[in-house]
Amino acid sequence: MEHYNMNLTLKVWKQKDGNSKGGFETYKVNNISSEMSFLEMFDVLNEQLIHEGKEPIAFDHDCREGICGMCSMYINGRPHGPWQGTTTCQLHMRAFKDGDTIVVEPWRANAFPVVKDLIVDRTSFDRIIQAGGYVSVNTGVTIDANSHMIGKDIADKAFAAATCIGCGACVAACKNSSALLFLSAKTSHLALLPQGQPERNNRALAMVAQMDKEGFGSCTNTGACEAVCPKEIEITNIARLNRDFAGAGLAADIKE
Amino acid sequence: MNWSQFFTSSVGKKLTMALSGIFLILFLIVHVGLNACIWANDGGVMFNKAAHFMGANWVPRVLEIGLFAFFLIHIIQGLVLEIQNRSKRKIGYAVNLGNRGSKWYSRSMGILGSLILIFLVIHIIDFWIPSRFGGLTETIIDGKPYHNLYAEMKYKFSEFEYRHIVIVIYILGVASLFWHLVHGFQSSFRTLGLTNHKYINMMIGLGWAFSLIVCLGFIMMPLSFLFGWIS
Repeated sequence: MEHYNMNLTLKVWKQKDGNSKGGFETYKVNNISSEMSFLEMFDVLNEQLIHEGKEPIAFDHDCREGICGMCSMYINGRPHGPWQGTTTCQLHMRAFKDGDTIVVEPWRANAFPVVKDLIVDRTSFDRIIQAGGYVSVNTGVTIDANSHMIGKDIADKAFAAATCIGCGACVAACKNSSALLFLSAKTSHLALLPQGQPERNNRALAMVAQMDKEGFGSCTNTGACEAVCPKEIEITNIARLNRDFAGAGLAADIKE
Repeated sequence: MNWSQFFTSSVGKKLTMALSGIFLILFLIVHVGLNACIWANDGGVMFNKAAHFMGANWVPRVLEIGLFAFFLIHIIQGLVLEIQNRSKRKIGYAVNLGNRGSKWYSRSMGILGSLILIFLVIHIIDFWIPSRFGGLTETIIDGKPYHNLYAEMKYKFSEFEYRHIVIVIYILGVASLFWHLVHGFQSSFRTLGLTNHKYINMMIGLGWAFSLIVCLGFIMMPLSFLFGWIS
């Protein structure tokens, strides 16, 4: 694809802190290369703002390789921007053309309160994982890797679920602000494998309970989460979680 | 985990919606099947007998209690879910994802359900209340008196002064039901844990077919009276 430069208008959400009322600010950026990543374009804008003596825009980022799940911009009404299966850091400016106006907002959900500008607090995801998104492993002799026979199709499904980077795009896209795609990916990659079986029931119950406590909404199977997920996590994981939760919840005793 | 913790959790609420929804889907089969008796075109003899059976025999009367219970559960839980889910995002987006991520009807289950509820109230006042609590004329079939529910349908849809308004309301009500079912049918099976794409695709197809057949059946009923296809 041919390289080109572009001039853009950005409408970016600015908010001093969690207690302040935010609003949109309009910025002009010129001579943006089509080969830049979206975050590099923000770096250019922030350099420009610093030179002008203004405060730069705060945004989350870490690896810039599409695997850490830190970047979290809601670009022109879509989490991580217009490209399918892409994080914001891997979105490149060739997705836009000269003269475009780009609206950038933070993730919107009560469970993801804005910290500053485009940065939201996603520690609610950490607490969901802490509630049961793990396997307890006893120390001792290392078990031979081939002692568990796992079918290729199952291993692939577990791996696909494990690629969830916990970025929160599913919550941002969901009309109900539900975290069920994230949660179900985190239960599925363990529930599909033998190592995840002993804690399977408890995991589903404890993680759903924590999710509800954090103030996420209820899933209504609209599929928006799956459509915007940068790792293309499948919505069938939610069905697996539903089944696990129903089975575990119905089987659970009240005296334990 | 006790029952209340189970059914008040976010996934438990989904299960309530799915199970009551499937019960109501089954009811629609009974409803459209029984009403199809009007097309026997025998002046309503078969239809009035079927309606009499539904009102007089204890089996459908007991099932009717269950039906009302499931209707109430589905309506109340649905409204609660809609209100709770809307409250989970205090500040909305300036630009919405809209149809890029999901189908409009899957995001509109609350609105569609509310339209169906309004229609349901009108529909119950139109036919169910007169047939259970009086207000219908009598007709003699095989020497026995029967409520003439058929005559009431015929009056509402082909003789009543405002019949065109009534029919527009029925078309809007059934259209809302159609889009509600297109999402609700397949969604309820996902909620029950359907993960296999082969069966999910089958349920999506079955959902469309079911919604089309049932809703076309319902809408043909007032139209059959309006256009005089049955007498």
